[in-house]
Amino acid sequence: MTDIGLWGVPLAILGGAIRVSTPFIFVSIGEALTERSGRINLGLEGTLVFGAMSGYAVAFHSDSAWLGVLAAAFFGLLFGLFHGFVCKLPKVNDIAIGIALMLLGTGLAFFFGKPYVQPVAPDLPSIPFGFWSDIPQVEAALRINVLFILGIVLAVAMAFMFRATRIGLIVRVVGDSADAARAMGINIDLVRLLSTGVGGALAGVAGAYLSLYYPGSWNEGISSGQGLMAVALVIFARWNPVNCFWAALLFGGAGALGPALQSVGVTQGYYLFYAAPYVLTLGLLIATSSTRRAMSSAPGELSITK
Amino acid sequence: MSISEVFGGIPVDRSTLRALPNKAIGVATVGMTMRFGAFTALDTVSITVRAGTFHALLGENGAGKSTLVKCMMGFYTPTSGQMMVEDREVEIADPRAAHELGLGMVYQHFTLVPSLTAAENLVISRARVSPVIDWTREKSGLLTFMATMPFSVPLDVPVARLAAGEKQKLELLKQLYLGRRFLILDEPTSVLTPSEADELLGMVRGLTQAGELTCLMITHKFREVTRFADEVSVLRRGQHVGGGRVGDLTTNEMAAMMIGEKELAQSADRVSGTGADILSVAGVRAMDRSGLKPIAIDALTVRSGEIVGVAGVSGNGQMELMEILTGQRPTPAGEIRVKDRPFRASRRQCRDNNVRYLPEEPLRNACAPKMSVAENIAFRTFDTIEGSGRERFWLDGSETRRRGAELVAAFKVKTAALDAPIASLSGGNVQRAVLARELSGDVDLLVAANPCFGLDFSAVAEIRARIMAARNAGAAVLLISEDLDEILELSDRILVMSEGCIAFETPIASADIAEIGRHMAGHA
Ligand SMILES: Nc1ncnc2c1ncn2[C@@H]1O[C@H](COP(=O)(O)OP(=O)(O)OP(=O)(O)O)[C@@H](O)[C@H]1O
Ligand SMILES: [Mg+2]
Repeated sequence: MTDIGLWGVPLAILGGAIRVSTPFIFVSIGEALTERSGRINLGLEGTLVFGAMSGYAVAFHSDSAWLGVLAAAFFGLLFGLFHGFVCKLPKVNDIAIGIALMLLGTGLAFFFGKPYVQPVAPDLPSIPFGFWSDIPQVEAALRINVLFILGIVLAVAMAFMFRATRIGLIVRVVGDSADAARAMGINIDLVRLLSTGVGGALAGVAGAYLSLYYPGSWNEGISSGQGLMAVALVIFARWNPVNCFWAALLFGGAGALGPALQSVGVTQGYYLFYAAPYVLTLGLLIATSSTRRAMSSAPGELSITK
Repeated sequence: MSISEVFGGIPVDRSTLRALPNKAIGVATVGMTMRFGAFTALDTVSITVRAGTFHALLGENGAGKSTLVKCMMGFYTPTSGQMMVEDREVEIADPRAAHELGLGMVYQHFTLVPSLTAAENLVISRARVSPVIDWTREKSGLLTFMATMPFSVPLDVPVARLAAGEKQKLELLKQLYLGRRFLILDEPTSVLTPSEADELLGMVRGLTQAGELTCLMITHKFREVTRFADEVSVLRRGQHVGGGRVGDLTTNEMAAMMIGEKELAQSADRVSGTGADILSVAGVRAMDRSGLKPIAIDALTVRSGEIVGVAGVSGNGQMELMEILTGQRPTPAGEIRVKDRPFRASRRQCRDNNVRYLPEEPLRNACAPKMSVAENIAFRTFDTIEGSGRERFWLDGSETRRRGAELVAAFKVKTAALDAPIASLSGGNVQRAVLARELSGDVDLLVAANPCFGLDFSAVAEIRARIMAARNAGAAVLLISEDLDEILELSDRILVMSEGCIAFETPIASADIAEIGRHMAGHA
């Protein structure tokens, strides 16, 4: 290993940010879509874990990581559609259903996932953007997974969708004023069902990333609450997909702080740095909130802001 | 199925999809009945609106006017009854189906999407929107359309930041933009100034005379009926009780049909004698709702036993003044004093000083919409013991209901039940319920914004009589209103707000309407 001294810290943070942020990007963009339609899906944690398991299992049997990702998206879609379907029944609270689904998803994943803890499934490919350098740390940091790039594309595409496409505007109408949507003759339940479904599918993909790339194996401790944190992240990003991307990157960077410091030999108190993402969330939410303005970007139909 | 069909909810069979009609259409209801539980809001109502006419629908608050038109638009599914369009029976399952037939409506409660800009609201409400929206083209199209309209609204500001008057204009613009041929207007002018209202209704009337549009307008203002409408239908307690050509009816005949055998409340005479200063505002600064324009109230006093009217065109800072006085809007500078003590509108200060508020859009600003009528009426009193004024820990449900029942009766609030959510009341009855809460007990300072917004004439007479009675009993009243007639009728002193400042002040005795109008328009 070439010794690059303290430069290793920012490099490790950058590389870590890219690696750690990818699942956040997918879950939060999906959740942004769901919440923009006026529903909140807290069950994404369960969806993510199930996606990780099913993706790993399918990749193992088919010997194709991409088939695994597709399978994870499919199961995520099913979870999302189930959430969307149950919530449209009268007097059902989306938050309660979300929590139930979170437990169900994790439970099912652990149940079906037992046989896959040992076997090794193929990894997702990554692109070596660091080929120009011969410093191994730079190469490692710039080895970027295809899904990360897909996440960037997705964030931009969804921002464009909300701004300048019919579907995007319809989702915003439904999320902001059910009365207005009804007056327009939009089928509110259907829009929310599909939005929750797509949100679930994206959470499934995030799960597949965990088990098929980083950390890259299936076990019961695979998720450290990414599915839940992503919900906070969406609020911090003010329901804007591009902001979701930046927020995810920031989260990833904060998450990589602990390991990066450890790698350069800081041994004291680095555990504190593992808490950085959580402290960061709290700090940012407080700093960006205001007592004067209502959260003007919050979708009006959301059960937590209503 | 294409995306629009999925999102539109009803799969449309292309072969039966007719083009929108290109001239005014006639619409009729046959035996329309609507029950909410055991309560009959509409009882076999049949009315006919002929093509190319301007038809007025009259009735007291809670008579069922809004319910009738919502049934026509497919927003409610009537318990029984039939819709006829151009003399053919049609099935209108939802608003979308009504739109396909060329029917459109401006609802009494706003139905614009708050977080979307005016431009986004207009474009998305169109039946056919291209999947990817080319904003440059849409914007220029909208500007061309706006140029042909008698008024305009800012296109790029989220609707939530527009004042009520601007929202109403946008609602109307939207219907015209969508090319509707039968337009239902539910109290369209309550938020407009008289000249804006005349301009707007004049334009609608022009369209009906040209055979381009049929209009059914719900209104409480006889002036608008006699001036603009061709025909009229009257509802009373859910029944169609009469109607005919406007030319053949006098205002009194129409009023008699509306209220049946009942007497109008008479405003008490003014008893003179203003007392001490109750409210004084000095050097207050704040920002308006958009956060861009400053609000500056240099000096404003209201004495006990007087009504100070604040006139102004909507959107000139009156809403913000109300919010400053209710403590909803931070004031970086200046001082508000009530009875010569600093006042921050805390619950305790309001209670100790008997300060009461009647904000505009009461359902949104003064109610918890999903809580019951009785609970909403108890908001001022639920935590104190009647008589002693001491705070209580345990709520007393039967007490709440008893007081609620008393006030509902005293203020003639029409509600299906005391436990009904207040959001289910008709617009006028929400107003009455809030008035019942705010005007009961001792009142030393009353701040009211557009208190008669959307009320029928008997209710208006009653509310104004109550405000006058409060004044005579020694209350200081600040009356913010966009209805100049109301200000002239009630006030002892008139202020005019323009561009966030108090631009003019005059005692009622020497008030000159033309001069007030000039200050309202901002060029004195
Ligand atoms: N969704 C509902 N559920 C129960 N009752 C309702 C509902 N909608 C309306 N009502 C009742 O039906 C009656 C008629 O209401 P409606 O809104 O049609 O009155 P309106 O004639 O439009 O009065 P206003 O002039 O005050 O607007 C009222 O007594 C109201 O309480
Ligand atoms: Mg009504």
